[in-house]
Amino acid sequence: LLLILGTPVEIQRPRGVPLTSKKPFYEENKPFTCLDGSRTIPFDRVNDDYCDCKDGSDEPGTAACPNGSFHCTNAGYRPMFIPSSRINDGICDCCDTTDEYNSGAKCENTCKELGLKERDVLQKMAEITKEGFLLKQQLIEEAKKGREEKQGKVTDMQENKKQLEEKVEALRTVKETAEQPEKEAKERHLKAWEEQKAAIRLEKDKAKMAEAFLELDDNADGFVSVSELQSHAELDPDADGTLTETEVQGLMGGAAQVDTSTFESVWTNIKDKYHSEVSREEEPAPVETPPEEVKEPVVDNDSEPFPEDDISEEEDEDEDDEDDYHEDDDKVRVYITQKTGASINFSDLSFDFGPDAEFTYLYSQCYELTTSEYIYRLCPFNRVSQKPKYGGSETNLGTWGSWSGPENNKYLVMKYEHGTGCWQGPNRSTTVKLTCGKETVVTSTSEPSRCEYLMEFTTPAVCQEPANMDLLPHGHEEL
Amino acid sequence: TGSSCESWDVKLLQVSTFAVDRGNFKTCDQSAFCKRQRALKPGQSPYRALLETLELSDSRLTLQLINDNNKVHLLLELYRLQGNMTRVKINELKPLRPRFEVPDVLIAEPPTEPLSVLSKDDNGVVLSLGAKNQRLIVSARPFRLDIMQGPEVLLSLNSRGLLAFEHLRLHKDTDKEEDGLWEETFKSHTDTKPNGPTSISLDFSLPGVEHVYGIPEHADDLKLKTTDGGDPYRLYNLDVFQYELYNPMALYGSIPVMLAHNTQRTMGIFWLNAAETWVDISSNTMLDFVQGSSEKPQTDVRWISESGIIDVFIMLGPKPSDVFSQYASLTGTQSFPPLASLGYHQCRWNYNDQEDVKSVDQGFDQHDIPYDFIWLDIEHADGKRYFTWDPHKFPQPKEMLQGLMDKRRKMVAIVDPHIRVDSGYKIHNEITSKDFYVKNKDGRNYEGWCWPGNSGYPDFTKPEMRAWWSSMFAYDQYEGSMENLFTWNDMNEPSVFNGPEVTMHKDALHGKWEHRDIHNIYGLYVQMATAEGQTQRSGGVERPFVLTRAFFAGSQRYGAVWTGDNAAEWDHLKISIPMCLSLGLVGVSFCGADVGGFFKNPSTELLVRWYQTGAYQPFFRAHAHLDTTRREPWLFGPENTALIREVIRQRYALLPYWYQLLYQAHKTGMPVMRPLWVDYPKDTATFTIDDEFLIGSDLLVHPVTEEGSRGVTAYLPGAGEVWYDVHTFQKHNGAQNLYIPVTLSSIPVFQRGGSIIPRKDRVRRSSACMENDPYTLYVALSPKKFAEGELYIDDGHSLNYDTKKEFIHRSLTFANNALTSSNLCPDCNFLTSSWIEKVLILGASKPSKVLLKMDGKETPVDFEFDTSMSVLTLRKPGMNAGADWTLLLQ
Repeated sequence: LLLILGTPVEIQRPRGVPLTSKKPFYEENKPFTCLDGSRTIPFDRVNDDYCDCKDGSDEPGTAACPNGSFHCTNAGYRPMFIPSSRINDGICDCCDTTDEYNSGAKCENTCKELGLKERDVLQKMAEITKEGFLLKQQLIEEAKKGREEKQGKVTDMQENKKQLEEKVEALRTVKETAEQPEKEAKERHLKAWEEQKAAIRLEKDKAKMAEAFLELDDNADGFVSVSELQSHAELDPDADGTLTETEVQGLMGGAAQVDTSTFESVWTNIKDKYHSEVSREEEPAPVETPPEEVKEPVVDNDSEPFPEDDISEEEDEDEDDEDDYHEDDDKVRVYITQKTGASINFSDLSFDFGPDAEFTYLYSQCYELTTSEYIYRLCPFNRVSQKPKYGGSETNLGTWGSWSGPENNKYLVMKYEHGTGCWQGPNRSTTVKLTCGKETVVTSTSEPSRCEYLMEFTTPAVCQEPANMDLLPHGHEEL
Repeated sequence: TGSSCESWDVKLLQVSTFAVDRGNFKTCDQSAFCKRQRALKPGQSPYRALLETLELSDSRLTLQLINDNNKVHLLLELYRLQGNMTRVKINELKPLRPRFEVPDVLIAEPPTEPLSVLSKDDNGVVLSLGAKNQRLIVSARPFRLDIMQGPEVLLSLNSRGLLAFEHLRLHKDTDKEEDGLWEETFKSHTDTKPNGPTSISLDFSLPGVEHVYGIPEHADDLKLKTTDGGDPYRLYNLDVFQYELYNPMALYGSIPVMLAHNTQRTMGIFWLNAAETWVDISSNTMLDFVQGSSEKPQTDVRWISESGIIDVFIMLGPKPSDVFSQYASLTGTQSFPPLASLGYHQCRWNYNDQEDVKSVDQGFDQHDIPYDFIWLDIEHADGKRYFTWDPHKFPQPKEMLQGLMDKRRKMVAIVDPHIRVDSGYKIHNEITSKDFYVKNKDGRNYEGWCWPGNSGYPDFTKPEMRAWWSSMFAYDQYEGSMENLFTWNDMNEPSVFNGPEVTMHKDALHGKWEHRDIHNIYGLYVQMATAEGQTQRSGGVERPFVLTRAFFAGSQRYGAVWTGDNAAEWDHLKISIPMCLSLGLVGVSFCGADVGGFFKNPSTELLVRWYQTGAYQPFFRAHAHLDTTRREPWLFGPENTALIREVIRQRYALLPYWYQLLYQAHKTGMPVMRPLWVDYPKDTATFTIDDEFLIGSDLLVHPVTEEGSRGVTAYLPGAGEVWYDVHTFQKHNGAQNLYIPVTLSSIPVFQRGGSIIPRKDRVRRSSACMENDPYTLYVALSPKKFAEGELYIDDGHSLNYDTKKEFIHRSLTFANNALTSSNLCPDCNFLTSSWIEKVLILGASKPSKVLLKMDGKETPVDFEFDTSMSVLTLRKPGMNAGADWTLLLQ
């Protein structure tokens, strides 16, 4: 009879039972009651390689029960439970080799090595966490300052706006009292209105131009180059489907690159065709109906459509789009004027930069990772993009969506959505996983599903307050 | 993989409707020879047998036929084959050039039996077919053959006079310039047809037959439909992008074998021709049933092929199992696969890189789900140069393979037959220098577009080419390969993105033969050469595992087949059953469909249901298109992970049974996954069932394939038999429709009363890990308290079972309250450390005592009895699985 059963090695407790927690239930030579209480069996049926208990508790050291678990002590490393189906399956699972006592697998005890390695890793991690956490405190402090400053500005602006609104109100009162319309006055008014409209248009065009410049200047070197412009196929003058270098040079008046000032002439060439990369609805057409009567047009002296420090133009415009223009042109003007200035500050304040605003520093920054084929670019709270390393246009992998980490800490994952569409697939999107690090870097990218990207990103902003260093495992928990 | 060229075209056009573009594929009307042949009217046969030319030499009879319209002579050859078969060959007596006869399909020249002339007169000849009172009547005018048994006509040939044999001729001798005789254009492709018209056709009448099956591959019901008023079933291996269901359009593979069945007899027709073929089916029963006529039902079948000769094997049964063994004696049986390949396969187009492979592998362990193979699709190769690895994504293939080997798992990497034309590519350069590429009609290398771009197609019909291809799988040739790397042959129809109907031009040349002649067998050769390469790399010791998409008669000898690029839709789940059943009937047992559906994203419910269905089909692989979202089993929440884990575990527990059935298929040709009528041939209620099936004879599966289903009605066959629910052991009577309420966790499976199924209930992370585990025997008693089964054990991977008889094959019988294991192969030699840990006897009564009798000793065995379900459990009898023993219930 060829009976190859587990030859029990003499040890102080049933094989596979943890010393500390469950041992009391396994008393030698006393009937054993399944841990779920379902039945009681003679003790010689514990670990006899036949499953008697529904909960698998009679076979902690054999693979007999489908739902059993085996405990390895792993002295020098950390103890663990493995499914009992991994006992004697020819694969070394426990570093102390105890799971393979009868399979012929040649396992080596690697616990000491693993323990050292783990302690080393944990130590390094602890250091990183510690330093990272300090950095985080600085970030929080900076964010707080910045916020206060901006808040101050906003308050000023709001004050300003309020004054202007009062002025409008005053004008309206003037208008309402001047109840006798005269042809002359009307004409004058009309002319003034036209001028006013042109001024607004000019300003808006300037705004667009500046926005376009920032957008086109992919590498943010302060110049728009031929290649940067070339990625905008819609500018193709002969509409033959390809925008050649020569064509671009034509648009740029022969220059290889232009700065903000010289961009104006280029803008004249391209503004009718230029599409912003940021997907948006068409801007509402300017209001064409002049107000019936206004004595004096309001001159918006305080207009500041493009404060130089503003980088959030895109978001700003997006918000504008969502708002309906007011019927009343005066108000419109005031609104545009003021809102452009004020909302810039509102928009970045309106982001969720974390419980202590520790993510504020990421705003308006971009981080790149170059792989064998692509350059990936993460601009937190803005967008993720991918550009072939050796030429070719940039692909939008998603614009800022939301924090979407697990319930206990949503700030561990960022979601970027609604990127460029895929054939027969979804719009591209990117999940960014944040881990604690001293530096702010993109460490890896992948595309687990078609057009669903995964990015790993380290930042001090997610570093938790280091716990007591005593948490490092000791090699002597169990012997 | 595979989208085809169409996907490629469509991508360029940015069209995204989901359905086949039928316009890319020919109807019979658009295929000149089919149109010509179908225009012939029955009852006007111009063929006459010239009885005076009859020659009989032992087992071969020859006879000339003449076409009275054009005086062309044909040569008829008749053979009586051993095992109750008749072979009929018709060729031109003196063809202008030789006509193609398909090689490499028959495993040997079929052995014959003597024929004798019983009588002969001016009207015809009567021949004795030897056994069982069978006669063959040759009628002279018009020519006709009838196979009779006693007074009964079993089958007639040319009974409707649709024999038509287009003889080879010179262009200048063509009487009239008919369209499509010497040139034919479909869409932008012109077929030059230098040999002119060459098609052949023959009709068969099957009196008393209402049910015909087979001729895969079609996405259609199991029972073939009549084709009156529509297109015939088409057999022409094609890469069909996003195929539609329930129509006779051609798909990836062709097996020109049809089975005819009624309560009295099962027969088969094997039409050995590799050219484009169409099959018309008509029947007199549709009308008659309505009118209540008592006329005998009859099915008429007509085969039409574009070139070659008529070479048809008539398999006369009479039992279904006889037809299977008859066909197996001609074309061979299912290859016996490595045990691991019966486990679960995890595939996706594509696992992106080594890191991805590693994390998916770890995912299975984290979620405690077993699997055996992880697959790499076309993106793994360097620029779609097969036999290479992308240097960025898979820089260390051996390291990756070793990592899998450490977990006792395996990998499959794709190797397609289109070869990138690239002077920096070793495979291309060698094929070029050896002049192994298929040629175009002008004699230059044929080139077409496929995944790598411009590609050449090796001429797999050449034995030297195949030998070279096989040698490329040697470990020193296929860099980065190891013994746990296996192969997948896709796109071997062959798929040519810019070719006519997405395949090769018919006037391309394979040596002296046109692609027209060999088309349907190209894919078989690819898999043949690949499987041979895998065997060779191990010095002839290890079994190969190769999956193919295209196939032909005989492909069963080389590995597994899957149903190609299906979709994540409920109807595609349903159709997987008849598609694999049809393949099983004609020899291909190792069949499966992409679990989850290839195109599109399945709903969670569909995915779970598909796992539950796929786990009970022979080849069990999940696969997904590049454009789909990830769908590894643990991505749908813990409840669904648990459901999928559970069904994969059920699969693994049943691996001993699957393995034994594959061994049986390999030895006898019996299908593994079977329609019910195969085991219940007299029960007409089973004849059209294709939403449930048998695995072997002993497991009946009725998968849930309806969305939101709350219950299914399963037909349990067999009057006087009983079936046991495998999950609850509840007993049900046979010959009834049983309503089974279901939840998302239900998989209705029943074990036949009278059977014994061995299982390994200790499911581990891969099949290899379970090698030495003990067995549990599930003994399901018949009402007469009887049961029998088998147990087959070997090393699971080598050819030693064949070359050295290293296996254990035992018969298990329960009768007279004793369960006995006896040796079915006394001169076999294999040792196992597996033992019998438990015996469950379903439908038992409580014994007072149980004894194990072994080696002349009797020892008591502990037992438990569950009165409510009548289940007797014998605790740990402990005997070795290879030993002789008896368990006595007293």
